[in-house]
Amino acid sequence: MPVEKSAPLVRTEGLKKYFKLKGGAQLHAVDGVDLEIRQGETLGVVGESGCGKSTLGRLMLKLIEPTDGKIYFEGKDITKLSVRQMRPLRKEMQIIFQDPYACLDARMSVIDIIAEYMFIHRTYKTRAEIYNRAAQLMDQVGLARRYSNAYPHELDGGRRQRIGIARALSLGPKLIVCDEPVSALDVSIQAQILNLLMDLQEELGLAYMFVTHDLSVVKHISNQIMVMYLGQCVERAEADELFAHPTHPYTKALLAAIPRPDLSARSEEVQLIRGEVTSPINVKPGCRFAARCDHCTEACTEKDPKLMEISPGHFVACTMVNGQ
Amino acid sequence: MEEKRQDNILEIQDLKVIYKTDFETVEAVNHISLSIGKGKTLGLVGETGAGKTTTALSILRLLPATTGRILEGSITFNGHNLLEYDEHQMQAVRGNLISMVFQDPMTSLNPVLTVGEQIAEALRLHNEHISKEEVEKRVEETLSMVGILPARKHDYPHQFSGGMKQRVVIAIALCCEPELLIADEPTTALDVTIQAQVLAMMRSLRERLGMSMLMITHDLGIVAQTCDDVAVMYAGEILEAGTVTDLFTGTDHHPYTQGLFNSIPNIDARAHRLKPIPGLVPDPTDLPKGCVFSPRCEHCMEICKEKRPETVTRGTHSLRCHLFQNQEGGDAHAG
Repeated sequence: MPVEKSAPLVRTEGLKKYFKLKGGAQLHAVDGVDLEIRQGETLGVVGESGCGKSTLGRLMLKLIEPTDGKIYFEGKDITKLSVRQMRPLRKEMQIIFQDPYACLDARMSVIDIIAEYMFIHRTYKTRAEIYNRAAQLMDQVGLARRYSNAYPHELDGGRRQRIGIARALSLGPKLIVCDEPVSALDVSIQAQILNLLMDLQEELGLAYMFVTHDLSVVKHISNQIMVMYLGQCVERAEADELFAHPTHPYTKALLAAIPRPDLSARSEEVQLIRGEVTSPINVKPGCRFAARCDHCTEACTEKDPKLMEISPGHFVACTMVNGQ
Repeated sequence: MEEKRQDNILEIQDLKVIYKTDFETVEAVNHISLSIGKGKTLGLVGETGAGKTTTALSILRLLPATTGRILEGSITFNGHNLLEYDEHQMQAVRGNLISMVFQDPMTSLNPVLTVGEQIAEALRLHNEHISKEEVEKRVEETLSMVGILPARKHDYPHQFSGGMKQRVVIAIALCCEPELLIADEPTTALDVTIQAQVLAMMRSLRERLGMSMLMITHDLGIVAQTCDDVAVMYAGEILEAGTVTDLFTGTDHHPYTQGLFNSIPNIDARAHRLKPIPGLVPDPTDLPKGCVFSPRCEHCMEICKEKRPETVTRGTHSLRCHLFQNQEGGDAHAG
């Protein structure tokens, strides 16, 4: 199906994933998320551990089956596709994982890891062509070709993450889910990888879903940002808008909690949020953040706040803000 | 200068630490000197492998016995050189006068003892004639000090969340009211909102107990918000040191410090590209001959590859870089 220019590359509607636990309890990992990512754009997904951001990334690629809701890729509903039907689509969507130490096969050489997907999908007719392409990919991600026959344990975290990126690029995807790709790296290396991802996006017109807990990173790389709390999207806006006018109490608290490398912020009293993330098991109706929110009223605990547009492109799910 | 030295609770002079195995020698810490003033917090910043944790372990003499060696230098705590202490004397220092909080709260607690028992263990070890009731009382006091309900002393570590576990670890470290707390990346494993809570708690406890702190971190934000002085470590050397004002508002910086600042995405401004430091941290078994940062430095000169720079001190600010040598005439002295 031809895609219209303005149509989103990938879109979800009310996407849900509940994990069944012993004794019939349900863990609401992702609880009704709507999102859109356009070609060449980056959606940043931020939240604390356990908010469902990684699960959401895996759902988008159908690495796990959603409980409810729909996923559209290039306008086509892929929610119900079987593993076999998904196979040709795998070329279009790839993932880069958080831990560059765990996601590479320790017994394969660098060039074999990068070439593996191309062998599976038979991208080229001959072995020579595949290895040739793999070597080109190494150049593209800034890995010296002398590492072709090295094994992952011989390389540092930054270089390993480059292998992961080269492997994800090998099939020419349109969408890459980046699941905390720089969290395990030192700052000076982190900056190198972020620059590489941005260069590749410009060069290849990739769309990223960038999952992270680091707000400064997400601001740097994203066009749109979605803030998640306990499986739900609490706020979504253009990156600059979100940082200029954070509206949901949770977004505000998250922003206030970042220690800034600047002495002028030192004297300011940081507004801390109380307590910790509540359990995502058998959640009660009402705003998920209510228990930690200073502005919580009775209405907040009664029903789920809906995501509403407060200014063009800026969506917030908060009873207080929306006056629902 | 002499007068200032009296106020320092900890002073490290010319410390050199290596890890020696049958195959290679890792030069982890190379002739560093630093001092922590009474009641002050020193931030030790640097990337993985810079030697931050090795420095901390040297202070407590907890280096791995089979490989770690302190070759040179002195570590003076309250006027006594810790390196001359025997094991028995060190036991009286560890946990009692100097405590340490480790990075990962998940692995630094004993899973088969309740948190109350773990705090009590430290108390009993350092107070021989303490009564049972007194121990229980102090356990409860310490727990409430770090913001945990005293009733939870009967719970096991797995019943606590990451942030709460780190509070327990801090409680154990603080129960004997140490004079110096070494915190090795205390919040790296925590979420930002929990990190903010733990940092705020540590700040207020520091003020209440009047203790000094060595804060080891890779996060310049944490340094700006919690420390008085900073030392930037790279490949086992201190490249720049000074007060937070020197580091965050001063104009002259070591190119590595500059690179660190350029590498962090600024949340209050939007730049299209970050300016990362090219290359990688040098192999500690094979450090460069001249300045340790020279292979990655954009200002690298011929002399940088040949000669290790001396430390140049200007008031509270000290730099170890050829760019700033000879500017102050005779002020340069070996660090």
